[in-house]
Amino acid sequence: MNNEMVLTGAKIVDPVTGYFGPADIHIADHKIFRVDKKKKRASAKGAMNLKGLYLCPGFIDMHVHLREPGREDEETIQSGAEAAVAGGFTAVACMPNTEPALDSAEGIKFVIERARAARARVYPVGAITVGRKGETLAPMLEMADTGAVAFSDDGSGLQNGHLMRRALEYLRAIDLPIISHCEYSDLASGGVMNESFTSTVLGMKGIPPIAEELMVARDIMLAEYTGGRVHIAHVSTCGSVELIRRAKRARVRVTAEATPHHFTLTDELIRSFNTNLKVNPPLRTRKDVDAIKKGLKEGIIDVIATDHAPHSIEEKEMEFDYAPCGMIGLETAIGLVVTELIKKRILSWPEAVAKMTVNPARILNLPGGTFEVGAPADFTVIDPTLEWVVSKDDFRSLSKNSPFIGRKLTGRAVMTIVGGEIVHSLI
Amino acid sequence: MRSRHLLGLEGMPAEDINLILDTAISFKEVLSRRIPKVPTLRGMTIVNLFYEPSTRTRISFELAEKRLSADTVNFSASGSSVSKGETLKDTLQNIEAMKIDMVVIRHSAAGSPHYLTTCCQSIVINAGDGAHEHPTQGLLDIFTMREKYGKIDGLKVVIVGDIKHSRVARSNIWGLLTLGAKVSVCGPPTLLPVEMEKFGIKVFDDLDEALDGVDIVNVLRLQRERQQSGLLPSLREYSRYWGITKERLGKLNENFTIMHPGPMNRGVEISSEVAEGTYSVILPQVTNGVAIRMAVLYLLSGGSRKDPTTGGKVDE
Repeated sequence: MNNEMVLTGAKIVDPVTGYFGPADIHIADHKIFRVDKKKKRASAKGAMNLKGLYLCPGFIDMHVHLREPGREDEETIQSGAEAAVAGGFTAVACMPNTEPALDSAEGIKFVIERARAARARVYPVGAITVGRKGETLAPMLEMADTGAVAFSDDGSGLQNGHLMRRALEYLRAIDLPIISHCEYSDLASGGVMNESFTSTVLGMKGIPPIAEELMVARDIMLAEYTGGRVHIAHVSTCGSVELIRRAKRARVRVTAEATPHHFTLTDELIRSFNTNLKVNPPLRTRKDVDAIKKGLKEGIIDVIATDHAPHSIEEKEMEFDYAPCGMIGLETAIGLVVTELIKKRILSWPEAVAKMTVNPARILNLPGGTFEVGAPADFTVIDPTLEWVVSKDDFRSLSKNSPFIGRKLTGRAVMTIVGGEIVHSLI
Repeated sequence: MRSRHLLGLEGMPAEDINLILDTAISFKEVLSRRIPKVPTLRGMTIVNLFYEPSTRTRISFELAEKRLSADTVNFSASGSSVSKGETLKDTLQNIEAMKIDMVVIRHSAAGSPHYLTTCCQSIVINAGDGAHEHPTQGLLDIFTMREKYGKIDGLKVVIVGDIKHSRVARSNIWGLLTLGAKVSVCGPPTLLPVEMEKFGIKVFDDLDEALDGVDIVNVLRLQRERQQSGLLPSLREYSRYWGITKERLGKLNENFTIMHPGPMNRGVEISSEVAEGTYSVILPQVTNGVAIRMAVLYLLSGGSRKDPTTGGKVDE
């Protein structure tokens, strides 16, 4: 056996059983070999002592934009994976809104080839429609065979209800989910921020919550009608949380994610005109932030995903109206989860970790996310009390468009292990 | 003045607003002189950066600058074409490299003047940013009201029309509320942005209700594009339900005033008869605009209150 290692001294956070206590993890052949909860701790040579730290299954971010192919100046699969492991993510699922879009087996293959040299596992998401144009279905079964884990036209909503119905139906053949970016563009009508008192004060064009909620409602109804699986990306409004709550109660096959920025920031901050706050869906109001937190707490929202969206300085140094939407998130996610959710007692450690490990793994049928023997030896080691200040210079991402620069956070990934190899360490 | 720039009337303290209004009185006197020019800003260079078509605001600023003996340069471009070429930041930094002191900016994107303050050294004056603020218009409106009524506190002002797209409305609301006026707005529901009442004002969609017991009606221009973008069925309908005509004026307080920031669409938001009535101060508003802009330029250039209308630059 090679790649033998023992991780000892840490408290393990098991999102499946809820166990939150001491254990030794034995690794062999890049997999979990044994989990030992006996009192007598390993003192074997080569044991790595992680005293005072929390050991979790490797974090999975099921919603990132890696910009390759097309905008390699903003991010590459390589640099995105660097940012991922620096932020404690051992795996990411990357969205197909590249240039060209990932809408064919060749596109999926390209990402998988490129990802071989990357430090994190990279799972491509394929486009639902050719060129993400919303006109004809892309070859989703071929893409799935090549390694696509889900399908999405993310970046904009699939406006055509008929196509969404057909896509959900079609994917029943392989039981993979559609990840739906919910926004009717006619209702969003060129808006640049949330429609609220703040947009009224600033005189900016607003995107009303209903632009999202109406499509959430449509997709839930279509999932129910077709028996397909829909995952609602980046839930941002109180009304969406409510719709998903009702759908889950009715046993519709719907899952949902929220981003750290949507449970942390409100649209009032846009009074600063900081273009790093321009994001789609837009930052909403305090009421929406509270509803998302409640949705996370009650299990209505299954997953925390970053929607990591790199943009160059040139694109963001603009008048607010002209700047593109998006912010990076891989390297601040854990700090925000600890600071905003765990410390504020919205989620327990096992609950929070579940939303970044086993839940996305189940939705995308990925290996990992658990401490099961035989699972890949992917781990995220967190210092739960480490206080740190987000600094532009520390970002591994090629882009620096974060509104969290300068913010003090608690909790940080201090070690990331992928397949038994340490790919990031601050220890 | 508490702030180095004039970006908006939101948050501007009453004493600063009053200082500008008081200073404008002296400059209005200058404008009535045989030679309406003072050497106050001699040696100062001001750039008028207009990314949106504007006739009266640009001319008003330019005249104010010339009456104060400043050197002026004009730059006009359309916001959208510039966004594809040189950035706003580069444009301004280049102009700044030629040694200038102040920038007057008009831009279709809200926050553009605020953004400029983060990447340049010059003093920035907002001459209208998107539908956000148009502080000098707000100030000249308030100046005109104060000129007639002696004070702002307790006045009842209604702003009528396309509130949603109006920076004039927002600057008026902030300034008037700070000085103690009672403010309301009225317009078709599609042209009233959400949650207006959170400003601390009353919101009406019925014009007759809105005009009841009011001292001042500030009538906003209705852009013809609003019909094309589906916000209104027709200009005729708008005019019928929200246009200010003589028949509507009955419920206003005695000694009422009609204002309009211009340019007017006669027969749409205001009838010619009303625009030219004895109660209309639409032309005095334009005159006062120059005085207000002179006051703003002078105060931001570092001037104190003493003798702005005679000597050279005070801090020299």
